[in-house]
Amino acid sequence: MRVSFRNLLSQASRKFLTKSLTLTVSIGLSVFSNISIAGERLTLTGSSTVAPLALEMAKRYEKNHPDVRINVQTGGSSRGINDARVGLSDIGMVSRGLKDSEKDLTPHVIALDGIGIIVHSSNTVTQLTRDQIVDIYTGNIKNWRQVGGDDVEITVVNKAEGRSTLELFLHFFKLKNSQIKPQVVIGDNQQGIKTVSGNPGAIGYVSIGTAEFEHNRGTAIKLLPMDGEQASVVGVASGDYPLSRPLNLVTKGELNGVTADFIKFVQSDAVSDLIENQFFVAP
Amino acid sequence: MLSKASYTQLGSKLDVVVSVVLSVLSFLCAALLCLILWFLISESWTLIASGQWQRFFLDEGWYPLEGLYAMTPMIVASLALTLGAVLIALPIGLACAIYLEFYARGLPKKAFRSLLNLLAGIPSVVFGLWGLTELVPLIAAIKAPGTSVLAGAIVLSLMILPTVALTSAAALSGVNRNTLAGAHALGFTQKTMIIAVAIPSARSGIISGVLLSTARAIGETMVVLMVAGNVVQMPDSLFAPVRALTSNIALEMAYALGDHRASLYASGLLLTLIVWLLAYLASYLNEKSRVFARV
Amino acid sequence: MSDRIFSFSIYCISLIVVAAFVWIISDVVLKGYSLVSWDFIVSEPEDAGRGGGIAPILVSTLWVLLIALVIALPLGIATAIWLAEFSRSNTGAVHIGTALDVLAGVPSIVYGLFGNAFFCIYLGLGYSILSGGLTLACMILPVFIRTCESGIRAVNSDWRLGGIALGMRRSVVVWKILLPAAKPAIIAGLVLSIGRATAETAALIFTSGYVDRMPESMFDSARVLAVHIYDLTMNVTGGDQAAYGSALILIVLIIVLNALAQSLLDSWFRRSEYS
Repeated sequence: MRVSFRNLLSQASRKFLTKSLTLTVSIGLSVFSNISIAGERLTLTGSSTVAPLALEMAKRYEKNHPDVRINVQTGGSSRGINDARVGLSDIGMVSRGLKDSEKDLTPHVIALDGIGIIVHSSNTVTQLTRDQIVDIYTGNIKNWRQVGGDDVEITVVNKAEGRSTLELFLHFFKLKNSQIKPQVVIGDNQQGIKTVSGNPGAIGYVSIGTAEFEHNRGTAIKLLPMDGEQASVVGVASGDYPLSRPLNLVTKGELNGVTADFIKFVQSDAVSDLIENQFFVAP
Repeated sequence: MLSKASYTQLGSKLDVVVSVVLSVLSFLCAALLCLILWFLISESWTLIASGQWQRFFLDEGWYPLEGLYAMTPMIVASLALTLGAVLIALPIGLACAIYLEFYARGLPKKAFRSLLNLLAGIPSVVFGLWGLTELVPLIAAIKAPGTSVLAGAIVLSLMILPTVALTSAAALSGVNRNTLAGAHALGFTQKTMIIAVAIPSARSGIISGVLLSTARAIGETMVVLMVAGNVVQMPDSLFAPVRALTSNIALEMAYALGDHRASLYASGLLLTLIVWLLAYLASYLNEKSRVFARV
Repeated sequence: MSDRIFSFSIYCISLIVVAAFVWIISDVVLKGYSLVSWDFIVSEPEDAGRGGGIAPILVSTLWVLLIALVIALPLGIATAIWLAEFSRSNTGAVHIGTALDVLAGVPSIVYGLFGNAFFCIYLGLGYSILSGGLTLACMILPVFIRTCESGIRAVNSDWRLGGIALGMRRSVVVWKILLPAAKPAIIAGLVLSIGRATAETAALIFTSGYVDRMPESMFDSARVLAVHIYDLTMNVTGGDQAAYGSALILIVLIIVLNALAQSLLDSWFRRSEYS
């Protein structure tokens, strides 16, 4: 049984509330009430990984089209899918490929990203097999000594539920999240890097581009190869690195107007420097 | 002289009108609580109505995407972090207040007070940043992973310390100077005077300051998210990473859909109920200490 | 424990507290000061916040704060007056008081959930400065009311009786005598509210949003300073320095407001000593 409380407050009272609130504030801030702005508005919602890139792309697009406003809201890929599907946003941002259940939406790849395993730079381990990684994440291996490293306890860093990096990681290693025994759970990418660089026994997984950047500027982390393939932006670009993902913009139905123009713009060469600046790979 | 009773009578039509208008506005403010509760309940209704709320306490773990919604570990974690923070901040804050009221003079006193004022205004993100980059590695050197109940409690205690110290200092300065002079005359030492006379007289003010900080500690989100480790589990030691109810909402809200989203609103509801309980406890303690002080 | 050890430990603890706080503040100052300049304040963010400045974010912060105050101030003072002067502490007033105490303790993230569900979705305001400001108004209202109320209650009763004896109406007594007398408490409540609202992250991510463009109307989504700092530290690679710079500015902003209130308080106390 589904009871909706909302219906109890009638449509009319809702309108009245909105109007009176808006009115009160408008009067209070009459200086600030040039509400009507001509031109088109686009709303993008979804993945926090894509958000900074989309924001920069939107800014450049706005510069070329002064009458268009593009609002980028951060969230997660699942939110991006949902909002685009129900029409809350014009375009969804999704930092993975689309699942079979999501084929009602059209993906537009704007960049590629790889996920790399990172450890503290003082760690003597230079590579791990897939089985070792699975054993570490499921808690069967608890000390670096067991995989040829120093006698240091392993700190497993995992991502929070719902993040597509986590989904990709689980899918790649054929794990369920409830099997993983983490010591630290993180939200966004940078928290992972800060956590690993502050803990000699830590292991985590983050975007390769950002990890490379941090490593090069002296942050105490290093990337481990996967299946013998060096984890690098170059490896992602060539397609040799196995654990990579597309960064997508998704739309529902026919493309038209500003949406179509914006998608065309972000897939053109005009934004390749922005993609590089955000440490991703142009498709 | 006018009696209190005649004063409370409303004088004129104007007064009646003003009184009615003001009372309507006041009820509007209080209605906010009902509105918040209403929305929290309506957003989590699908889970509550179907009787699934029991699973918040009975499920095996928190894996919303696999349909498991245990909140007990997070409730315990929130309470443990808050308790830890208060246990650290209370003695230290009290010591600072004593220093401020009984030891410091002149410039150091002024400087110390403005330092505490400054700290009360530092945004929590800054504390979180400091905790993550400076404190957590230190604790990790003792016992991995560093992000832990201990780290959370320490950073939280630093955040609430200024409030505890400043409200306690205000309460201590309110203690009648004659009482203190009398204690001196009786030959009490400074220490005895402070512990046996000043602190008991200022108790009510100190308690209300502590309760104010407790509410802030239990409601703090970003700091706990950054330093406490966010693993959903019952804490078995000070070094165990935990996830608080608040950081759970912040971590997953942007990603949550359907039942998962409803479960997050349910944890918001739960937090509000816990705070309600605290407010009730506060008024009870206040009442009791007042009675006690009279005896 | 002897008296001397007691004094010694009091001094020690105070010193440790000072050291801890100097550590935290110097951490921000040392890592942030090199970035802060006039240019940083007046230019737009570039490269996801790593470069450029924080002008639109500063403006958005102030707008959100302003909306919150425009709503909360009159409503809060009105409620405080009613509770302190007109309610005669009847049952209704006691219940309102309890509700306010609970509201004062409700975590900011819950206000975020509520604001998202009510202002953004239910009222259809979307992610906007308006939604953020209204959410913050709800959040600061209870503490502001309680502070003002206790200030009004604390005004010496002789002043009230004197006003009545002069034939003033109750409402006039409140307006002409009690409110001016309770000014320090009102200012203190204001400072508390401004501090809490300016530093708020959790409630605003879900209501005012992420867009870092200069806001053009209050229906625009806008990013505030605290959200900006959070995003730079947790999500944007290489954003740390800009984060520390922004944090430094946020702290300075709050110090300026604190100092302003302090001087207002002092000048008021000096005046009241003579009267």
